[in-house]
This record gives sequence, structure tokens and C-alpha cells, in this order.
Amino acid sequence: MQLSTRTEKDATIITVEAERIDAAVAIRFKDLMRDTAEGCTGRIILDLGQVDFIDSSGLGAIVASMKQLGDGQKLELAALNANVDKVFRLTRMDTVFPIHASLGNAVNSHAN
Amino acid sequence: MQTEAGRSLPEQALHRHTKDIRLTFPSSPLSVRRALQTIVADLQELELEERGSVELVLAEVLNNVVEHAYGADERGWISLECATERDGLHFRIRDEGRPMPDDTPPMGAPAPLPEVLDKLPEGGFGWFLIKDLSRDVHYSRLDDVNELTFRIKVDTSPRKN
Repeated sequence: MQLSTRTEKDATIITVEAERIDAAVAIRFKDLMRDTAEGCTGRIILDLGQVDFIDSSGLGAIVASMKQLGDGQKLELAALNANVDKVFRLTRMDTVFPIHASLGNAVNSHAN
Repeated sequence: MQTEAGRSLPEQALHRHTKDIRLTFPSSPLSVRRALQTIVADLQELELEERGSVELVLAEVLNNVVEHAYGADERGWISLECATERDGLHFRIRDEGRPMPDDTPPMGAPAPLPEVLDKLPEGGFGWFLIKDLSRDVHYSRLDDVNELTFRIKVDTSPRKN
């Protein structure tokens, strides 16, 4: 599990370099997110394009990552595959996070 | 880890076989991950979405065993059996960890989402997902063994191509 970061327009993009966010890596993910998001301001887009499986521990870790953000930081999700998207829909967490179909959509949604 | 899947199964005969898959593995998050990957690889006949549901339900059930029945500090074995029937995949998960509280699985009702961000739940989704995506969930405790059985409805008819 690794996270990579880059900035595009007004957003920080954090890409999850892993196929799974599951119980085996949930705590590590949460810790990495805290370290990575530190010092960012504004929109943080979590790019889940490489992730093809998430369980409730992984979901909890993403929720925890959002809760540990500082003032002025906002977490959005992008590029969820069908199985990952389903977990967010079933638990209604899709109503909590802005979810973008693709990274491009996410970056451009505040382009004005 | 042992698997008997596929050994005695003729190809394209996923349907109407019983005891298609039988796995035994130690209680740890990484063993659970490997078991899931083995099972999903054995279920290539299923639609992608069905396979996703199977992997998710099994992940939740097995993570619960690792985290609650045994707990982080306890060693133990988990056994998983999967039989394919006309009405779906029938699973049986057994372990020798602690029994479920009150000898019954949690209700798995979704909690109402709070208005305040800080109150958002970070857990408790597992049983909700299990009950939402599976049928006939039944728990029993017999001679220090937990047994959870459930069914996941999938299309088990042979592929039409």
C-alpha cells in the first residue's frame, strides 16, 4: 500500500497505489492519509482508480481519513470501480462524499 | 492453505456440484486476503458483480472471525466450505473462537447517518453488508465451534456461449 500525491489546478490528488483497501491495510491506509494530507489546503481528491476491492474496514478507514482532516480541507473520491462504488452505495456513504466518475471530472468540477 | 476446488470438477460443471471449495487457513488478516483471492479465482464462471458480492460478504464474515471470535492475539483456524446449488452458493464458515454475543449474529441494521461529520460511524457496516447481500444467515454454536451458514444468490446455470 502506497499513496502518491500531485497537485492539479486547485486540488491535491492522492492516488491509492494498491488493488485493495481491506482489513489487512486499513490502519496503515488511515495513517498514510493523515501524513499525506497534512499541509494540504482545499480540495483533496482520493483517486481510487487502481482499487478493485474494498471491505467495511477499508470504508471505515476512508471515513476516518475524512474525519481527521483539518479546517478548510475537503475529501472527495474519484474513479471508483463498480465493486467499490457498490460498497459506498449500500452503506449510503455515497451521500457523505462527493464522488466523481473519473479523475478528470473531479479536477474539472471546480475549474471555473 | 489447501484447496480442493477444481481438482475433481470437470470444466464448465460449476452447477450441481456440492463441496466445490474447501479451505482451511489461520486466523489473520493476510490469510483472509489470500483465501478470498483463492475463492474468487475459483469462481471465474460468475458475473463480475456477483463475484464482487461474494468476495465482500466473505471478507466481512471472515474479518469478524479474525477480529472478534479469535481477536488479534489469539491463534486459530478458520474453515470455509462452498457448495454450488441451483439457488446459489451455500457457504459454511467454522472457527473455534469465542461465541457470538447472546449466541446470535448482530441484526445488521443500518444506522441513520448523523448530521454531524464527527459522529459518522467508522465501523459497524460489516453485518449490514452481510445481511444485505446474502440470504438464510444462520449461526450455531456446538462443542466450542462457531458455525455460520448463508447463501448468496448467483446465476449458477452453465454459461450460454
